[in-house]
Amino acid sequence: MSKTNLLDRRAVVSSLLKDRKGMVAIGGLGASTNDMAAAGDHERNFYLWGGMGGAVMMGLGLALAQPDVPVVVITGDGEMLMGMGSLATVGMQKPGNLSIVVLDNERYGETGGQTSHTSAAADLVGVAKACGIADSRAITTMAEVEALVPVLHDLKSGPRFANVKIDGANVERILPMRDGTFIVNRIRSSLGHPPL
Amino acid sequence: MHARAETSEQKATWPDDIYAVLQRFDVRQVPYVPDAGHSRLIERVLASDTMRGIPLTTEEEGVALVAGAWAGGQRCALLMQSSGVGNCINMFSLIPLFRLPFFTIVTMRGEWGEFNHWQVPMGSTTQAVFELSGIRVMRANNAAEVREVIEAGAAQAYNACTPTAILLSQRLIGAKVFVK
Repeated sequence: MSKTNLLDRRAVVSSLLKDRKGMVAIGGLGASTNDMAAAGDHERNFYLWGGMGGAVMMGLGLALAQPDVPVVVITGDGEMLMGMGSLATVGMQKPGNLSIVVLDNERYGETGGQTSHTSAAADLVGVAKACGIADSRAITTMAEVEALVPVLHDLKSGPRFANVKIDGANVERILPMRDGTFIVNRIRSSLGHPPL
Repeated sequence: MHARAETSEQKATWPDDIYAVLQRFDVRQVPYVPDAGHSRLIERVLASDTMRGIPLTTEEEGVALVAGAWAGGQRCALLMQSSGVGNCINMFSLIPLFRLPFFTIVTMRGEWGEFNHWQVPMGSTTQAVFELSGIRVMRANNAAEVREVIEAGAAQAYNACTPTAILLSQRLIGAKVFVK
């Protein structure tokens, strides 16, 4: 299934999250949230098990609430396609500390590998750019991923968008915690907000 | 004609009452899909130093935004009209899952004096959709009770962490006039 010229999703996510300092990471429903778990649990990991299409908006709400904290949304092409309008909403608010990284395998990997719209004409980098996200990159090499990593920590130059072509291989399923209230309250607590 | 009827209600101050309550409850992010009935409140929010008005392309974006803002320590109030409530249904799942202090203010269409019957199916099921989704519903029918209802609803949502929707009835905001 995998092609040699496409990137390994786990290697990409591990790179994005290494030396993350205070960065909050939101993992879109499905394989992306598992990739975050595989890179190691963290009190600022926002794992999603549902709410498909909402990952970018959760990132926006968090980035606006915490302008001094870098926020990265890591999600799949299917999840991003469902919330494509949110790129227009981000393009209007322009939070400097928000980054969106799409792991694009051109398929719905969790439901049997059905092809997604990015396998045909849909160009998410073009959409992001056209929505006013000036720094929108198409990434196909690990060198480009490595070049993106320090940029994620820049609080002023966002929002930014990156579409990373990954291979369609099914990787070992590493599941994160599922208790949404715990996940959210753990992030709140790490940001200095006491329990209700 | 696409403006709301020129009624005395239009110059009423109830939108300012809503704004004052949101301010008092330290609401910082106000996502919205515009509605004529919310226009004055939206203007107040966009001119505010403490609140950020966030135009959405579709209402469910607002529910997801509430989750992110809450994780980051800020309160939201989502403004929409009744048709938008149907767009939110799956995203409402996040409210119990994250135990969000969810508060929304909804202008009603498809009821009192409606001309456009395309608004009626969703307007008729708005309250039931909220209730099936685990969100308590309160309603304001006239200008005099708006402040009290919004205050009680906001306290319930933000202090008691009980997801709450306020319906502003079409009788209050005035029916949209298409033909004389």
